[in-house]
Amino acid sequence: MTTLTDPPKESFRLSMLIYDTRYRSLTIQAVAMLGFMLLAAWLINNTIVNLATLGKPIDLGFLGEPASYDINQRLLDYNSRDTHLRAAFIGLINTIVVAVLGCITATIIGVLVGVLRLSKNWLVAKIMTVYVEVFRNVPVLLWIVLAMAILIESLPAPRDFRGENPEATLSFFDTVAITNRGVYIPEPLFSNSLGNIHLFGDSSLRFDVSLDLVAILIVLAASIFAIRKVTARAARIQAATGVRPKTWHVNLAIFFVPMIALLTLLGFHLGYPALKGFNFQGGTHMRNSLIALWLALSLYTAAFIAEIVRGGILAISHGQTEAAGALGLRPGKTMRLVILPQALRVIIPPMISNYLNLTKNSSLAIAVGYMDITGTLGGITMNQTGRELEGVLLLMACYLLISLSISAVMNWYNKRVALVER
Amino acid sequence: MSNQAFVRTEMLPEQHPPATTVGVIGWLRENLFSGWFNSILTVVSLAFVYYVLSGILPWIFQSAWNADSLNECREIFIATWGSTEGHACWGVVNERWLQLLYGFYPSDLYWRVNLTLVVTLIAMAPVLFSDQAPRQLWYVTAVYPFVMPWLLWGGSIWGPLMAAAGFGIGYLAYRVLVPVAGSLVAVIGAVVLPILWWFALAGTVAGAIQGIIPIGIESVESRQFGGFMLAVLLGIVAIGCSLPIGIVLALGRQSDLLIVKALCVGFIEFIRGVPLITLLFVASLLLNLFLPPGTNFDIILRVMIMMTLFAAAYMAEVIRGGLAALPKGQYEGADSLGLNYWQAQRLIIMPQALKISIPGIVSTFIGIFKDTTLVSIIGLFDVIGLSNAIRADTAWNGIYWELFAFIAFLFFIVCFSMSRYSMYLERKLHTGH
Repeated sequence: MTTLTDPPKESFRLSMLIYDTRYRSLTIQAVAMLGFMLLAAWLINNTIVNLATLGKPIDLGFLGEPASYDINQRLLDYNSRDTHLRAAFIGLINTIVVAVLGCITATIIGVLVGVLRLSKNWLVAKIMTVYVEVFRNVPVLLWIVLAMAILIESLPAPRDFRGENPEATLSFFDTVAITNRGVYIPEPLFSNSLGNIHLFGDSSLRFDVSLDLVAILIVLAASIFAIRKVTARAARIQAATGVRPKTWHVNLAIFFVPMIALLTLLGFHLGYPALKGFNFQGGTHMRNSLIALWLALSLYTAAFIAEIVRGGILAISHGQTEAAGALGLRPGKTMRLVILPQALRVIIPPMISNYLNLTKNSSLAIAVGYMDITGTLGGITMNQTGRELEGVLLLMACYLLISLSISAVMNWYNKRVALVER
Repeated sequence: MSNQAFVRTEMLPEQHPPATTVGVIGWLRENLFSGWFNSILTVVSLAFVYYVLSGILPWIFQSAWNADSLNECREIFIATWGSTEGHACWGVVNERWLQLLYGFYPSDLYWRVNLTLVVTLIAMAPVLFSDQAPRQLWYVTAVYPFVMPWLLWGGSIWGPLMAAAGFGIGYLAYRVLVPVAGSLVAVIGAVVLPILWWFALAGTVAGAIQGIIPIGIESVESRQFGGFMLAVLLGIVAIGCSLPIGIVLALGRQSDLLIVKALCVGFIEFIRGVPLITLLFVASLLLNLFLPPGTNFDIILRVMIMMTLFAAAYMAEVIRGGLAALPKGQYEGADSLGLNYWQAQRLIIMPQALKISIPGIVSTFIGIFKDTTLVSIIGLFDVIGLSNAIRADTAWNGIYWELFAFIAFLFFIVCFSMSRYSMYLERKLHTGH
């Protein structure tokens, strides 16, 4: 007869840290942590010693000093007596401006090209393939520099617009001046303006918010809210009776009547560019650097977005279309209710990561002299003050902040649309 | 009763399909004119293609090849075609193409760059076409990392030889220590001894041997590097080094070890969150600050390090996607066979994960190669930097299409072949139905 005995109690031996899988992971992690901390300590120590030798201890005081350089393309008020921090802030706004503009146009072009690449028309599909391959396989920096060169070298100078028989004329029904010094577009003006709110007083982050814009946005939001209510009511009636009431004329009225009323009240009109002296006055001046960057980034990113859109649509199996047809849905509704919701789940995450790429690529603005955050904080400020370490670290922090907030949005979206599996 | 058969007993001969559904006409009807909308699209596209080609083709072919300045080009255009518009001045490419390709590398040493390119292609052959290339070529691949820098930078042959000797020392240490002290000590020895050798001894020993037996070729300084050669050099190094680092980072990010995972995630997200240009600023301005005082090493080497780290973070994410796409059963199968972690990774997981992520890996390679142009912003004379210099030259002031077309063509060739290669590889490795 055998007796069951407890297994011998193992005593802990030092070698178990390496040979026993239960403890080995602890050892590895401890070694990794130790190595990392040693490396970090070594780097930081070197840096401190080097900075002490150079006589430049880490100090963010330079941000408060006057920048004494000008930023020609800006949305907020700024002059050369403002601080370096203000310059960096203007640069950050400029980065966001070009990123948002670029994302919008890249999406429009990209979706169009992606859909057309799937066209049954052989010629159209081939042209779009050529577009995608050419733009994807050439560096974006080349496109930016090339766009800048084209704008400067091939467009008419402002003086060509002068005289009885000018060599160049305004485009788009005499409203837009396209010159080699930039593009002048009509600007929105309000004769009964509500004025601005000044945020953050006189600090470097001061920010003017136009009340006209706020009013327009509020009315827009209210209209969209009302339209959704009307649509929801129509859906309820359809569910109850089977007949969907016509809503498009109500929706149009809800959208346009309040907006037109508000704009009339504010005295909305456009200010057109006009040639005065050697240059154009009036209108919004978009400099070549901004246009070149915007154009190149959108065309380049659009090629990537086109491939994503194409892949997303191809990823939806044909059975879905057929099933929708069997249910009696028309092609338009099939697209809207069946294909798109599924394709978007595939398309949106890589699309957002391309937006992120576009934002990071906008740092190449420095090559054409557009004053984004790399041009101000990482460019002139850093050269003037000699604060490379602080400048580069702040620059990285800004971009990290932008990237992390975009990825937070992406993760939120991914969680929302994720397929729930077992 | 007569047999009335209504069923035909013999087959009719096959008829030709209608002429409008086969051949050229059928193809045209199906692909270009299948409805009024498609027909309009086709006509518009044809007009567009005609417009583009009618601009580009005369521009390319009615051009001036032999000219020393833009003005001379314009004189030739006026004399030949009567107008300056719509003709390419290829004179600039004709005059500067060597500079655009080799930068300021001494022209009597161009053969070294060309030889490096040939060696590179030979060394890449067994990696790229492992089933067709002869196995002996792997030896070329093994010595390539030491031959390439020596050929490009020149100098004493003993430096690269001593660097290679480090690996020999590591191997020797392992073989000697295994029977004496067990495998763990042997591995530690095989890692530590070569590092000690490289940092403490290799330089002095190489110098000493060079003093006794001077063998070497003329050395070339880093600031003479430039042009497309620089892009290819940076691209090869970043691509070659980023794949192994990326695999390690991806495994670290997937592992159960909390601290290792946190370190990997932090590194990857940090690098992916900032633009490459800020990392290049670090390379050009800060890297020397982070190292012991007095360290001053080559700008190209610094850029290589930062580009490799940058590429590795992206590579890690691509490979992590491949790892995540593998069915759980593969991991469980490997466990049930009794394989340990590294065996499972090497034999089961990685071959499949890498195969899945080939498109992503290659598009990361293409992205890295294109991103090498960014070094022009920190003052290295790669093609874009050279093109800016050429455009600032009085002789070529005002030229841009020709230069950029040439540069774009160079990049297009390389990147497009890479993407075609990835398609070939996907087909070759495709084992499904």
